[in-house]
Amino acid sequence: MFQYIIRRLLWAVVIFAAVTVITYIIFFVIPADPAALAAGKSATPEFVAQVRHFLHLDRSIPVQYFYFVKNLIVHGSLGTSYVNRRSVDTIVGEAAPVTASLVFGGAILWLAIAVPIGILSALKPRSLADRMTMVFVLIGISLPVVWIGLILQWAIGFKLGWLPNAGYCDVINPPVGATCGGVVDWARHMVLPWIVFAILFAAIYARMVRSNVMDTLGEDYVRTARAKGAPERIVLIKHVLRNAMLPVVTMLGMDIAVALGGAIFTESIFGLPGLGRTAVQGLDNFDLPEVMGVVVFATLCVIIFGLLVDILYGFIDPRIRFE
Amino acid sequence: MTTALTGAGAAHAGPLLDVRELRTSFVTDDGIVGAVDGVSFQLGQGKTLGIVGESGCGKSVTNLSIMGLNPKTARVSGQALFRGEDLLKASPARLREIRGGEIAMIFQDPMTSLNPVHKIGDQIVEAVLLHNDVSKQEARSRALEGLKEVGIPQAERRLDDYPHQFSGGMRQRVMIAMALVNDPAVLIADEPTTALDVTTQAQILALMKKLQDDHGTAIVMITHDLGVVAEVADDIVVMYAARVVEQANVEDLFERPQHPYAWGLLGSLPRLGADVDRLVQIPGQPPSLLRPPNGCRFSPRCPHAFSRCRQEDPRLMPVTDAPEHLQACFLDEETKAREAVKTLTAAAA
Repeated sequence: MFQYIIRRLLWAVVIFAAVTVITYIIFFVIPADPAALAAGKSATPEFVAQVRHFLHLDRSIPVQYFYFVKNLIVHGSLGTSYVNRRSVDTIVGEAAPVTASLVFGGAILWLAIAVPIGILSALKPRSLADRMTMVFVLIGISLPVVWIGLILQWAIGFKLGWLPNAGYCDVINPPVGATCGGVVDWARHMVLPWIVFAILFAAIYARMVRSNVMDTLGEDYVRTARAKGAPERIVLIKHVLRNAMLPVVTMLGMDIAVALGGAIFTESIFGLPGLGRTAVQGLDNFDLPEVMGVVVFATLCVIIFGLLVDILYGFIDPRIRFE
Repeated sequence: MTTALTGAGAAHAGPLLDVRELRTSFVTDDGIVGAVDGVSFQLGQGKTLGIVGESGCGKSVTNLSIMGLNPKTARVSGQALFRGEDLLKASPARLREIRGGEIAMIFQDPMTSLNPVHKIGDQIVEAVLLHNDVSKQEARSRALEGLKEVGIPQAERRLDDYPHQFSGGMRQRVMIAMALVNDPAVLIADEPTTALDVTTQAQILALMKKLQDDHGTAIVMITHDLGVVAEVADDIVVMYAARVVEQANVEDLFERPQHPYAWGLLGSLPRLGADVDRLVQIPGQPPSLLRPPNGCRFSPRCPHAFSRCRQEDPRLMPVTDAPEHLQACFLDEETKAREAVKTLTAAAA
């Protein structure tokens, strides 16, 4: 177990280094001058040069990367934005709960849709319910998120006026001057984003649950359970689902981890100030620290969730033990 | 055991399990597959019946049909009388009572027949609790007894192990313990030794025989291995392409086999000390059950087939001087006797 954790941590360092180095390189390949952008439209060349020096943009890429890593390790800080000098820690800290609201709410929704219909259609393959599920899956996978988002926004938010079109409300401690706050406002603002965000995953997961359950139903140990005289309900819950859901746990962990780095489309459509929108903004402004902030956060999410899934697996699948 | 012998069971006089004209077919995209076509046999109290045949001849489906464990696409007709009660007409609830209670099953592959995510103790306890109104502790102690009885070392500790922590032979012992934990009257063993290595096979067979002697369990032994049935069976049913081609007690079948398919099976048995360059094999492949051949289904592969064999369906008929010995072949008895002797001397040489 101890060795396993050490190995995982070493891997995490490698992954972290690879991701950040690649982001750095890509950023400097883009032919743009972040210093000029940061200095403002009517800045003199001297001022731009000053800004460039101040932001360390006149140093070589390895040196800049070194500053970034040093800052992160020594001060535990992601630096400050080129554009508005705000702390990136604060920027990410504000955006992360928004994205987390979207992702965890969405995950609950997509599981609530996918697991029951996946199981039902696996139990009655080729039935009407199964075919309808497969049509839903096809639609869910084919429809672009952006399109679903805009249509729902137009129909439910604008035409019917049932839910707010866009925006975000804090659950706790809304900032001074905010027009809304609290759980109800928060949830009302999140319903459409949740639906939009969940549809694609619901479709993918429904298909996955269906095929896992169908495969497991054909396993010998399911026949053994029936031969023991177990009623179908127990066969399904204790013997089929317990096994069929194992791969779902892995997928769920990884999908949530990746999505926590920012759901760019959904956040952009609904004006949610989450990590996805922060990253897009950062890119628009060539604001390297802001982009790096999101990248670092997303990488940590993937690493941590990967570890969590692995540890969880040790408990739910006895065949896997850490050695 | 006492419960198994009292009630309706004790009053019933005929054979314990009486299967009559069992037919099972599956509707597939390509047509109807007649997987079992008019199979009949009887199993007496405490006896062992061997069902022998190649893969796909319908021997497993026969038993899954009796237990109502076929996929939903199966159509089953005929009768399967267990102590006079037709299992094919039994309600799902009644079938669940019988499954694992009065009739238990073990399967070919012990590697995949146990649920990988549950402790083996819990899996046996589940079998106990499904059929008995006892406490968890009581169920667990019965599970422990069962494991001890099938010779699992350190049974107490191993109750909390998972299937992957057992070897193949040990898993099959666990399966047997689980099947016998409710003291069933009948144990259906579907190729129980096929996936095991030879020494383990012998151990498992010996164990089954011992448990049968101790508990008086009747066994249906499904196998493709004549060596296995020779060792354990009282009576033998030989199946070919969904039908029974020969049926006799074990001595009769091995001393004077009547059907060319049985000769083929006997001839292909490898023997120690026999100085043969290669084993005799039955030429060709078993027929498709989607479109079985006309007449005798073995005729396309039979070296003795003549024109009648390809036109008429042979019925199971008793051998003249042995009314219990049934066979379905048109050859005259003289030829049969001659060929049987040839096969047996060749095999014994």
